[in-house]
Amino acid sequence: MDKMPKWADVFLVPFINLLLAFFVSGLVVLAVGENPFQAIWIMIKGSLGSTAGLGYTLYYATNYIFTGLAVAVAFHARLFNIGGEGQAAMGGVGVAVVLLAFNWQHWWLALPFAIIGAGSFGAFWAAIPAYLQAKRGSHIVITTIMFNFIAAAVLGYLLNGALKNPNNQNAETVPFGPGAHLPTAHEILAPLGIQFSKSAPLNISFLLALLCAFLVFVLLWRTRLGFAIRAFGQSETAARYAGINAVKITMITMLISGALAGMLSINVVMGEQGRLIKEFVEGAGFVGIAVALMGRSHPFGIVLAAILFGMLTQGGFELLWEMPDLSKEMVLVIQALIILFTGALDNMVRMPLEKLFLRLRKEQS
Amino acid sequence: MTLMQKFLGATAAFALSAGAALADPAIIFDLGGKFDKSFNQAAFEGAKRWAKETGGTYKDVEMQSEAQREQALRRFAEAGYNPIVMTGFAFASSLEKVAPDYPDTKFVIIDMVVDQPNVRSVVFSEHEGSYLVGLMGEMASKTKTVGFIGGMDIPLIRKFACGYVQGAKSANPDAKVIQNMTGTTPAAWNDPVKGSELTKAQIAQGVDVVFAAAGGTGVGVLQTAADEGILAIGVDSNQNYLHPGHMLTSMVKRVDVAVYNAFKAGPDVETGFHVLGLANGGIDYAMDEYNKDLVTPEMLAAVEDAKAKIISGEIKVHDYMSDNSCPVE
Repeated sequence: MDKMPKWADVFLVPFINLLLAFFVSGLVVLAVGENPFQAIWIMIKGSLGSTAGLGYTLYYATNYIFTGLAVAVAFHARLFNIGGEGQAAMGGVGVAVVLLAFNWQHWWLALPFAIIGAGSFGAFWAAIPAYLQAKRGSHIVITTIMFNFIAAAVLGYLLNGALKNPNNQNAETVPFGPGAHLPTAHEILAPLGIQFSKSAPLNISFLLALLCAFLVFVLLWRTRLGFAIRAFGQSETAARYAGINAVKITMITMLISGALAGMLSINVVMGEQGRLIKEFVEGAGFVGIAVALMGRSHPFGIVLAAILFGMLTQGGFELLWEMPDLSKEMVLVIQALIILFTGALDNMVRMPLEKLFLRLRKEQS
Repeated sequence: MTLMQKFLGATAAFALSAGAALADPAIIFDLGGKFDKSFNQAAFEGAKRWAKETGGTYKDVEMQSEAQREQALRRFAEAGYNPIVMTGFAFASSLEKVAPDYPDTKFVIIDMVVDQPNVRSVVFSEHEGSYLVGLMGEMASKTKTVGFIGGMDIPLIRKFACGYVQGAKSANPDAKVIQNMTGTTPAAWNDPVKGSELTKAQIAQGVDVVFAAAGGTGVGVLQTAADEGILAIGVDSNQNYLHPGHMLTSMVKRVDVAVYNAFKAGPDVETGFHVLGLANGGIDYAMDEYNKDLVTPEMLAAVEDAKAKIISGEIKVHDYMSDNSCPVE
């Protein structure tokens, strides 16, 4: 029997967490000598108040949906994949290799192959820690973190060597060419008569992310494999007793997780930059952990949490713009506080609330 | 649908009207941040000086992430700021995409060439300045071994290194120059701990004058040089004041002048290719009260002589970036 009604679990707890986070961030803003209500208003207006702002918010949210799903799938098998950062970076290599190998004529043709490139490279990068976990018992938290560093080094090596654009000092590849350009929100919505900002990087990958969220839902709750993954996560010994192969489930779960993280590069590398650059993941792999926590590892919750984090990223930039007294480090503090309250301090609100609901129920009966 | 259109149209119109009246200049700092004691800070000084002298106002912003490069450029351009200055070569790809969309806005990029009709590309003759400090370094060295520590391994930094070696060899054909690069990624601009380790390694190989061309990493190089009692040469800003008595000189790259000039010219800033070098004061070696006791009269005479000869064209310092190779090691 549940301790709390479902609506309280899914909506009330995150909402209270968010209010607390805003309160503490407000104190920080106040300490710098700015008006906290104005700061919140700037963040909301800057992230949702114009099509440009909305375009950036959803662009960032696309990244967080991919990495959030990656973390969530692994969570269900009680595997803590902290390697989203590295898997996404390797996914970017996959996308670049595919897009640079041929002179693509149309994005419709290039996209499926780019998805295969992103997914397979990301999955490959998750496969090694997964194998070490399944066969050797090396803890996946440690190995995936270490693989983040290796991925950063590999990416740096490739961008300074084999993949480097010889005409540019920056460590980056040559541009992918017009045939690999994904349609942006502006280009999709213009024929429908909606004027969406031309500068926002929101592109068709957002729909791909939503599709992935739906597929993850189907996988986890509507297939035998999903059942096996969840059973394995609930109790490894029981799952073994039921005839579930632990090595196989660990491998498959991590491959799916790595592939999802790798998909981030479709949005950033193919959709926005149009070339592979060094630090394109920018912490999205880690934000994905907070997104998955806040979204209760459910695809629907993850999409909502990802949009919230997208608002934070974009709103934070607007804050930097509108309030020159707030340095970029202060904006980072505010973003971190919100992540802290909604992700890490979840139980601080949950436990008292559970007690409250239990007492209410006792009084009723 | 029509309601949505109206709503979106209204916000767009508002965004336009909010910026149309402005023609203030704007500056975007790279990931190092405007207080990096080096490149970005020099740019910031230039902007401040302009504001103080003219009483004008400008807008600045510091990057948080790669995706924001284009965002910041478009944001400034749409708000009507003109000209828009950006510090660092990393903006090149974004600028190439953005500049054609705003033909009436002037952009100024420092340290990189972007070939667009509305862009001014400011580059410096760093090899000439590096030559001068290399000459001074070798004359000051007792072991006749000098060191070079670069930031990110890119042609621009090799250009520094190549000029430095040529300068050292001009003072002493048998000069030994030990070179290290901090890394191959932008993180190499901001790794003072590694800078410190590299300095210690160079000291172990006999280096007693070290030149840091490494942005924020240089802070660690200069600190270690001062701690270990050897001489150091600063870069970009005049860093002599950081460790008086241990700073031989600094190779000053007047990024502030580039920013100041662009701000002063305003929306009429002349576009195209601009070189700042020894001849027009864009590059120099720094002399002040902090290093006057370290620089001997012979050194000063030699470096002034070399400077005059470079300006007159009598000495040709090889530019690494002209053919991506260096004739000396």
